[in-house]
Amino acid sequence: MTAAAPPSGLSGPAGAGRQPGSTDGGAPDGAEGAPRRRGLTPYWLLAPAGLWLAVFFVAPLFYQASTSVQSGSLEEGFRVTWQFSHYTDALATYGEHFLRSFGYAATATVLCLLIGYPLAYMIAFRAGRWRNVVLVMVIAPFFTSFLIRTLAWKTILSDGGPVVRALHSLHVLDVTSALGLTGDDRLLATPLAVVCGLTYNFLPFMVLPLYSSLERIDTSLQEAARDLYATPATAFRKVTFPLSLPGVVAGTLLTFIPASGDYINAQLLGSPNEQMVGNAIQKQFLNVLDYPTAAAMSFLLMALILIIVSVYMRKAGTEELV
Amino acid sequence: MPAADHPAGPPPSRHPGSPPAASAGPPEKPATGSPKKPKEPQKPEKPPAARSRRSPLRWVRENAVVLAGCAALVYLLLPNLVILLFSFNKPAGRFNYSWQAFSADAWTDPCGVADMCGSLRRSLRIAILATLLTTVFGTLAAFALARYRFRGRSTANALIFLPMAMPEVVMAASLGTLFLNMRVQFGFVTILIAHVMFCLSFVVVAVKARVMSMDPRLEEAARDLYAGPFQTFLRVTLPLAAPGIAAGALLSFALSFDDFIITQFNAGPSTVTFPMFVWGAAQRGVPVQVNVIGSAMFVLAVALVVCGQFVTNRRRKS
Repeated sequence: MTAAAPPSGLSGPAGAGRQPGSTDGGAPDGAEGAPRRRGLTPYWLLAPAGLWLAVFFVAPLFYQASTSVQSGSLEEGFRVTWQFSHYTDALATYGEHFLRSFGYAATATVLCLLIGYPLAYMIAFRAGRWRNVVLVMVIAPFFTSFLIRTLAWKTILSDGGPVVRALHSLHVLDVTSALGLTGDDRLLATPLAVVCGLTYNFLPFMVLPLYSSLERIDTSLQEAARDLYATPATAFRKVTFPLSLPGVVAGTLLTFIPASGDYINAQLLGSPNEQMVGNAIQKQFLNVLDYPTAAAMSFLLMALILIIVSVYMRKAGTEELV
Repeated sequence: MPAADHPAGPPPSRHPGSPPAASAGPPEKPATGSPKKPKEPQKPEKPPAARSRRSPLRWVRENAVVLAGCAALVYLLLPNLVILLFSFNKPAGRFNYSWQAFSADAWTDPCGVADMCGSLRRSLRIAILATLLTTVFGTLAAFALARYRFRGRSTANALIFLPMAMPEVVMAASLGTLFLNMRVQFGFVTILIAHVMFCLSFVVVAVKARVMSMDPRLEEAARDLYAGPFQTFLRVTLPLAAPGIAAGALLSFALSFDDFIITQFNAGPSTVTFPMFVWGAAQRGVPVQVNVIGSAMFVLAVALVVCGQFVTNRRRKS
């Protein structure tokens, strides 16, 4: 039961059209095939959810926009002064945080794709009767609070622990510290640990949409490619991979967007040198109580993500995601 | 791409001499998810001599996807194993990061830590209430979006999609700013409002996908057989949509129960949920009991899923 939840929900943007033929065209068909009283009914049905989102999601965004151009302090109260200094200050002070966030998120997304694609491929084509078992195993980590799981990485990567010792004896740590990814013979409190944590936390968000698009591929297309003397690699490159692109796009977005706003991995697995934008926003909001700066930063984060995502979507050539 | 250097399609189709049944069989089986094994029939058709000569390397080449997939599974499940293992640890100091000695103390006394079980109960209460609200609201909205064409439908679709495409920090900070400016008392209610807000979209998407794939002719048939609109909805539409609604409800429960970022911004200082307790503990020293709760949730949920699968399989057979 639970197994069915994340695939249908998380892969939503891509998985919305699970049944070929009766997907996007299905709605109007259903509406026309079954004549219903139109009028106000859909609005009544939408009202509770729509109002909730309008009041608690859309209105706060506008509110935040106005807060970001206010000035003042918690004691004196905040007043709209149309100061855009919060934006410039935030970029000047936390520019590095923004760069780090997007860098880590992009690296984690690429790693998720590299690790997740074989897994999704295996579930879709090679798992046979084990398919449901493996799917459950992909979703199973969700059942434990992700904070506890991130803390478990602290144990796994701990100083002098088995992983550090193994990598040390294989001289892998020498290579990574030469690249500036680690230092002092430790993995914790390094960019590597943060990226590893991000990759781990968002891997299921990559695997599930990938699986749902791979699973829909007609295997006779692959057979046809092989019958026409394509090597396995060519068949994959020309048939399987292009057909799985919607899953790749959905998976990368579902990984990249939350990863760039995350601050838990950086906080638990990193040091102050690995702080991301999320950490800065959290600090401004909860500790410094400088709400205008926090608002300006989260607005900047949103705008930058929007730009990156739209550029990426244009490159990927998939415009229809909803 | 990692999967590029091994067979993308099922190997049998390359061997002209293979029996047609075998070459047609495997590729279709995974799609239907039936309990036939696709790998077994491939093996006998390779000449035994060739197989023994280059078996190890060839086997690795052909199963590289499976090996890489299994490695990814290990990566995914390793933390859970570590959590389970360290729930039996007897830590020397306040931190439970290195193995000291075996002890089942934490399992016999899971609520031995101050405030932990209180925060757990609070999280459960919030998750249940949030799930009830989101399931009702989300299902209504999903029916509206899947079954009707109306002015503003694409706007509504975008409104539903946006919260899923936005980093949690942004939603959390903006809602928190609104509450602050409106001088709303932070606490249970603000957390609940925030959770319903970010879980709604997931329920709508899950239910909408299900409703869209339903055959409208079934409801027409019910009406043709003189069922009233209410009866049609209750006896035909709702049972058909039930799996989607259940999936959405489960997802929303899991999301709400596990949420930290949005909760932290909207909880205030005195209302502590379970993830917030863990976060605080990470700074002060994590009690072993946290691992016990984590492992218990994991084992319980996996057991439920396995039992559910078992029951469905048996029902399907009989």
